[in-house]
Amino acid sequence: MNLNKPNFSRRDFFKAGSIIVGGITVATALTPFDGLLFATEPPKGKGKWYGIGIDINKCIGCGNCAKACKLENNVPKDPFYFRSWVEQYTIKNDGSVLVESPNGGIDGFKQSVPDEEIFKSFFVPKMCNHCAKSPCVQVCPVGATFETPEGIVLVDENYCIGCRYCVQACPYGCRFINPEKGTAEKCTLCIHRLDKGQQPACFEMCPTEARIFGDLNDPGSKINYFLKNHTCMVIKPNLNTGSKLFYNALSPEVR
Amino acid sequence: MTQHIQHLYEVLSKVDGYVYPNEIELNWSILIVLYPYITGLVAGAFILASLERIFKLHVLRPTYGIALLTALSFMLVATMPLVSHLGKPLRAYEIMVTPHLSSAMAIFGFVYLWYLMVVLLLEIWFDYRRDMIIWAGETTGLKRFLYRALSLWSTDISPKAVALDNKLGYIVTIIGVPSAFLLHGYVGFIFGSIKANPWWSTVLMPVIFLFSAIVSGISLVMLVYIVITRIRKLKIDMPCLDTIASYLFYILLIDFVLEGLDQIHRIYIAEESFDVLHNLVFGRLFFTLFIMQGLIGTVIPLLTLGTLQFYKPKIQIRKAIYTIISPLILIGIFFMRWNVVIGGQLFSKSFYGYTSFKIGLIGTEGYLMAAFWLIVPFIILSFLLWLFPPWKKKEDDHEIQVG
Repeated sequence: MNLNKPNFSRRDFFKAGSIIVGGITVATALTPFDGLLFATEPPKGKGKWYGIGIDINKCIGCGNCAKACKLENNVPKDPFYFRSWVEQYTIKNDGSVLVESPNGGIDGFKQSVPDEEIFKSFFVPKMCNHCAKSPCVQVCPVGATFETPEGIVLVDENYCIGCRYCVQACPYGCRFINPEKGTAEKCTLCIHRLDKGQQPACFEMCPTEARIFGDLNDPGSKINYFLKNHTCMVIKPNLNTGSKLFYNALSPEVR
Repeated sequence: MTQHIQHLYEVLSKVDGYVYPNEIELNWSILIVLYPYITGLVAGAFILASLERIFKLHVLRPTYGIALLTALSFMLVATMPLVSHLGKPLRAYEIMVTPHLSSAMAIFGFVYLWYLMVVLLLEIWFDYRRDMIIWAGETTGLKRFLYRALSLWSTDISPKAVALDNKLGYIVTIIGVPSAFLLHGYVGFIFGSIKANPWWSTVLMPVIFLFSAIVSGISLVMLVYIVITRIRKLKIDMPCLDTIASYLFYILLIDFVLEGLDQIHRIYIAEESFDVLHNLVFGRLFFTLFIMQGLIGTVIPLLTLGTLQFYKPKIQIRKAIYTIISPLILIGIFFMRWNVVIGGQLFSKSFYGYTSFKIGLIGTEGYLMAAFWLIVPFIILSFLLWLFPPWKKKEDDHEIQVG
C-alpha cells in the first residue's frame, strides 16, 4: 500500500491539474465568444449618440475641413497622413472614373480633365465613419481602440502598441500610424472641442454647411432632420460596419 | 511646406491610380511576411514528428528528433519579427496582460505560449529526460550542469519511469497535433478575418495557411536531415526520405488544390474587387505569384515528386532531387506568405489604384534584418543538436510504450 501511495498522489495531481487546465481552456473559449458578440452588437448609448451627415451637393472642394483638421489636431504635415481629406471624383463621358486628392485637398483642386470629356464631377469629403460595429475596435489586440458611450471611436495613445492591425482593418483608410509616436491615430470628432460645447474643427470651417453632425438619439437634432429630408447612404454598406457617416447624393462610384 | 510637397511627388511616384492618402505607405512589411512563414515551419515540422509518434510510422524515426528540435528553434524566434515590427515594442506585453478578446490577434500570445510551453517543450522534455540523465553521467563541467538542470535534477531512469515519460509524451503529442493545427490555422484567420481587404478575406485562408505550413515544415525537416547526414558523413536513410517525399507530394497537392479553388472562386463570383485584384495579380504580383510561388514553389515540385510516386530512379538521383526540391518548396511558401501579406497591401481599398513596396537593405525593416531572423533559428538549431543529438539517443524509446 505504501508503495502505491505516491502513485495515488500523482494521479490526484494530474486530476487536479487537468481540471484547472481544462477550466481555463473552457473559460478562454467562452469569453472570446462574448467578445465576438460585442463586436457585432454594440451597446447603444442612452445619452448622446453622435452621427455625421455630409451633403455632397453642397461641397465645393475648398479643402478647409482638411486644413482645419491638420491644424487643430496637430496631424503630421506630410501629404500622406490625414484624419480628414477631400476627394475629387470625375466621371468621364466614356464611363471611366478619375479620383484625385492632391495633398488631401488642402490646397484646393484643379480639374485635369477637359470640360467636354466630363460627364459629371463632384467632391467627397472623407473622415472616420465612427462605425457602430467598428472593425478597428474589434481587431485591436489590447483594446487601445474603443468606442465612447457617445459613439465616438478613439485611440488611447498611451496604450496602443502600434501593431497596425486596426489600420489594416479599416475599410475606409481613415487610420495611420503617427510616425513620431509609433501609435495609431485617427479622427476623434474633435472630442476636446465637443467637451467645450464647440463643433469639431472641420464642421466649424465648412463655408457651405455641407457637414452636419448631431445626436442620433435626439429626434429634433440637425442630423435627424438631415437624414429625414435626404436620401442618405453610407460608403461600403456591404461590409456592415454600422457606419454613422451618412452622405447625401452619394454616387455608386464612391468607395 | 515645399519639402512636404517634394515628398509628396516622391511618394506619388510609387502610386498608380488613386489610393487613400493614408494607404501610400505600406503598414506590414517583410517582418510580417516572416511571421506566418516561421510559425508555419514550426507547425509543419511538428506535424511531421507527430506522424512518427501517433501513427507509429517508424520509417520516419530518423527525422523525429530533428523535426522536434527544428520546430523548437523556429518557435523561439517566431515572435521576434512581430515584436520588432511594433510601433511600441516595449508595450508588447500588454497583449498578454490585457488581451482584447474580440481581436483575432489577441489570442496569439496564448496560442503561442500554449504551443511552446505545453506542447513543444513538454514533448521534448519527456522525450529526452532519460537521455539527459544518462548524458549527465557521461559528461563533465558546464554540459553536465546543463543536462542536470534541464532534466530538473530528476534521476529516475527505471523502466517504469521511462514508460511513464513515453506515455505522457504520447499524450502531449496527441494534444500537440490539434494545437499545431490551431497555431497555424489561427495565423491564417488573422488575415482571413479582415473583411476590409478582399485579397485576405476568404474563409479558406486558415486552411490554406495550414496546408502550406505543413508543406514548408516537412520540406525544412527534409533539407535539415539531408544536410546533417551529409555533415556527419553518414548514409541517408532512403526509405525515410521517400516516405517524407510522398507525404510532401500529397499535402502539396492538397495545398495547390485549395489555393486553386480559392482563385477559381474569386474569378467565378467576380465581386466588386475583381478588377483591382485581377490587375494586381497580372501586374505587381506577377513575378512573385506566378513565377516564384506557382512555378518554382508548386508546379515543378509537384511534377517532380509526382513522377517519383510511380517511377523511382536511382538513389543518387532521388537524393539530388530531394536536395533541390525541398529548398524550392521553401522558397515557394515564402513567396506565398509574401503574396498574401505584401500583395494585400499593394492595392487601395478604394479599388481605384495601387501602391508599391520598396524595401531597403538595412534598417529594422530591411533585407538584412529579415535574413537575420531567418538565420537565428538555424544557430539555435545547431546548438540544440549539439546539446540534444537525436542520434545519440537510446533507440528503444517509443517501443516501450507500444509494448
